[in-house]
Amino acid sequence: MHLSPDEIVYWQFGFFKLNATILFTWCLMLVFLIGAKLLTGLLSDKDERSRWQNTLEIIVLGIEKQISNVGLSQPRQYIGFLGTLFLYVALANLFTIFPGYEPPTGSLSTTLSLALCVFVAVPYYGIKQRGLKDYLASYTKPTFIMLPFNIIGEISRTFALAVRLFGNIMSGSMIIGIMLIIAPLVFPIVMTALGLLTGMVQAYIFFILASVYIAAATSVNTIQPPSSIEQAKEK
Amino acid sequence: MDSLTMIAVTSIITSGITIGFGAIGPAFAEGRAVANALMALAQQPDASATITRTLFVGLAMIESTAIYCFVVTMILLFSNPFWNYFIAQSGN
Repeated sequence: MHLSPDEIVYWQFGFFKLNATILFTWCLMLVFLIGAKLLTGLLSDKDERSRWQNTLEIIVLGIEKQISNVGLSQPRQYIGFLGTLFLYVALANLFTIFPGYEPPTGSLSTTLSLALCVFVAVPYYGIKQRGLKDYLASYTKPTFIMLPFNIIGEISRTFALAVRLFGNIMSGSMIIGIMLIIAPLVFPIVMTALGLLTGMVQAYIFFILASVYIAAATSVNTIQPPSSIEQAKEK
Repeated sequence: MDSLTMIAVTSIITSGITIGFGAIGPAFAEGRAVANALMALAQQPDASATITRTLFVGLAMIESTAIYCFVVTMILLFSNPFWNYFIAQSGN
């Protein structure tokens, strides 16, 4: 029984190991690359549109709407990063319907690297939107004593993000493995269906949490003067 | 008991306790969440799409606490660092 697809090594040359995680990540990258090439070649702004363009528009607009629901007012600015996160995790989890496929998100190295991307992207967008001084000052809100706790929170939520995705996907494949021993007839299929649902929900959560973190870092929380609040109340 | 047996006994017992107690909190929390969501659904059936989506996200967030315990259990059982260390020691 193996915990993660890291332990399946197909080919080894000295320090370099070609394990299942890397291989299936490459496959996913290939699928994305070919898919994007094919789809963007078909785009047109006439009235006649292909089915694939409509699908693409639904996906892009849906992601954009979700990002703006979280509180980022200009979703186009972030869709390159956040949309890729969502599509990658969702596709990596959905491909489990193919036999022989090991989801790369079931390996802690993949999820940790995705979480580290979020960890780097949060200050990047924060500094870009608010300026270096204003962003760093946000760590000392509400008082200066909170500085270490804010930093610890930043690091621990990165780990939580990684372990949440890893644990959910790993437990899914683990449960299917145990089910195959106990009740091999119908139950593994039911658990696989449940695993697909969990995979989609986890992809959504990963994406939403990353958006929330970025929204929290970029939002300029100016304290309203009391007069304007009272005016708003009167209205 | 030598140290290998000690490690084996402790990790097996601890992993059982971890997953057992780790499931209690999320179970209660998920029960509360579902109960409240059902009440909200009964009162406002129009908002069912939003409620269901938020419920699913919330359930997965709650469940992740149980998943953390599960990950710790799996590490204790299948890739225990102390066990591996002492196995390597006795090999030498």
